[in-house]
Amino acid sequence: MKLVTHNLTFKPENEYFLNKVSLEFEAGKLYTLLGRTLSGKTSLLKTIAGLQPIDTGNITFEGKDFSSVPVWKRNVAMVYQEFINYPHLSVYDNIAFPLKQRKIKTSDIENEVSVAINKVGLSGFEKRKIQELSGGQQQRVALARSLVKNAKILLLDEPLVNLDYKLREGLRDEFKNIFSSDLSSHSILIYASTDPLEAMQLNGEIIVLDEGEILQSGTAKDVFENPSNIKVAEITNDPAMNVIKGNIDSNKIILNENISFDVPVHLKDIQAGSYHFGIRASDMFLDTKGFDFNVDIAEISGSETFLHLHQNELNMVLLLEEVKNFNDQDNIKINFNLKKLYVFDEKGDLQFSPFTMS
Amino acid sequence: MAKIEFKNVGHSYDQNAKIPAYALKPFSLSWEDGGRYALLGPSGCGKTTMLNIMSGLITPSEGTVFFNDKNITSVKTEQRNIAQVFQFPVIYNTMSVFDNLAFPLKCRKFSNSQIRTKVNEVADILNLSSVLNLGAKGLTADQKQLISLGRGLVREDVAAVLMDEPLTVIDPDLKFKLRRKLKEINSKYNTTLIYVTHDQNEAMTFAEKIIVMDSGQIVQRGSSKELFESPSTTFVAYFIGSPAMNIFNCSIENNELVLGRFKLKIDTNLDQIKSNELKVGIRSEFIDLSDKPTENSILAKIKSNEDFGNYILLTCEFDNLEIKVKIKREQVITSETTYLILSKNRLCLYEKEKLIN
Repeated sequence: MKLVTHNLTFKPENEYFLNKVSLEFEAGKLYTLLGRTLSGKTSLLKTIAGLQPIDTGNITFEGKDFSSVPVWKRNVAMVYQEFINYPHLSVYDNIAFPLKQRKIKTSDIENEVSVAINKVGLSGFEKRKIQELSGGQQQRVALARSLVKNAKILLLDEPLVNLDYKLREGLRDEFKNIFSSDLSSHSILIYASTDPLEAMQLNGEIIVLDEGEILQSGTAKDVFENPSNIKVAEITNDPAMNVIKGNIDSNKIILNENISFDVPVHLKDIQAGSYHFGIRASDMFLDTKGFDFNVDIAEISGSETFLHLHQNELNMVLLLEEVKNFNDQDNIKINFNLKKLYVFDEKGDLQFSPFTMS
Repeated sequence: MAKIEFKNVGHSYDQNAKIPAYALKPFSLSWEDGGRYALLGPSGCGKTTMLNIMSGLITPSEGTVFFNDKNITSVKTEQRNIAQVFQFPVIYNTMSVFDNLAFPLKCRKFSNSQIRTKVNEVADILNLSSVLNLGAKGLTADQKQLISLGRGLVREDVAAVLMDEPLTVIDPDLKFKLRRKLKEINSKYNTTLIYVTHDQNEAMTFAEKIIVMDSGQIVQRGSSKELFESPSTTFVAYFIGSPAMNIFNCSIENNELVLGRFKLKIDTNLDQIKSNELKVGIRSEFIDLSDKPTENSILAKIKSNEDFGNYILLTCEFDNLEIKVKIKREQVITSETTYLILSKNRLCLYEKEKLIN
């Protein structure tokens, strides 16, 4: 079972909602569309559901043209950012709704609904009215309703974004378990998110979108280890990867007049010239023999400290795995874990990565 | 700029009820002039009610509110000189960025030259100078939110800037920039900033002092470090930190902690314990792995590991209890079991859900 999009393009005004989107989705896999707001995630989901037109391109499902299939015949279920439920119905009736529409035997409906209710952890809440539920519970109802439909394609558009931080954390874990159960073997799951951590945790295939265009797709590990260009490195890291313009000359990497170092081993084949060098905030550290920087701002978050630093025109963010207090404009010395240095060419495409490239 | 003080302030939405159901239970607290505060808690904890009492949108059913020692409990919002920033940017789409920023000054009949000077100054700080003459409609979400903020800042007399989830609609990498701006403003103008959020990361990275709330009351007040290392209740231990602190039921025997079949040493003075309702907690960040037993180690089975990019989260099991451990991505795991070191100075002991110091 395959869903294939071919060259989907939609440009209602001056901006591309979708720009030549060609993808293949297989059953039994979880796909995460990762991108900023307005990057085309929702557009793509809506197009698959049949809720948004396209200018050019086509979609096939199980080998047949999907574009001409009307919305209600597509066998697609969608969960939205807003918790959409029927406010006047009970939890049970909300979940049973799509099955009742299909005129299924009552005993079968009861079975299916109780399985779904168990899956989303709402046992005991069957008779509650929607208004009596918390946001997290309401979103579980919406998810359960999409599960009972047994749709072949399940689309989730940032389903956790309107929930409290803590609820989001818990539900994300549960979603992952629900997805990895029997459901996924006969359906395609597509999940849209702006949050790189969420995409990593879901641990499926990641598709990075920007301005309606696909920048990269691959496993979560692949995309994290080998971002194909600077944009991807920014979108898939929080904080964004530090990217610095510099040069390679006589086996030295020169970032500016004060910062230069020997070319590390994994970059030994690199030629002299101008590049962009990328280093994650977590791959930098305090080092008394390191380079001078000034602290713009130090932010403490739990067990970590984010240091926003500058040296002349160069701005960087360093992530310390400890809690430490700094004053603004403190002078500190830092260094880079050079084994983790990325090299992008002048156009911004990845040239060398610290990880094996597939 | 002002110091804000609540004296025995409480609020119940149904004031005719015999026993008041408090959305905010009576409390006293002051916010120092020029401070950077976050009100943090889950939906329905009372944080927005607290903010609305500050801004005057709600008159508290009990208690008195002071701005710089002046009782303003029944003073209307318009007369409090408060700037407010909401979750969604409030801007005038038909106006230019300049006119948006100038609006509060025009309403107060400032001269054109005063307006120009002030708007340019604020635009400079917020990096809006280059878009001043553009229409506000076409801007990005974070620029629009900066305009909302800028409108509050053009008036020098604002007592405080109150923000309710101001970064919700902003993409992760832009949040950084906006937060940085807020701090710059705080240090340049010494503006009292109060920031309401359910997101612990936002609160911790933004504020000097965080006020954690649950069920209409303040449960802890402190810096990020204090909340993380010594959460005062099991609720704070769960709410702060991602993942939540590992917490287990435990008991005491011969001055040692009994956790499942393991005995652990702990730095806490155990003489003060009066009941047997005890729990022990440890952060997943403070647990080390070891391949042989050491002091305060427990043997656990590794059930799963999740790659978060910057770190790996292990889910381990001992005595049918689950424990989460954060490790570096580089750390190699070869066996199915491991010893977990629960250092005695990292354990937090709770009696009746409250931290024992």
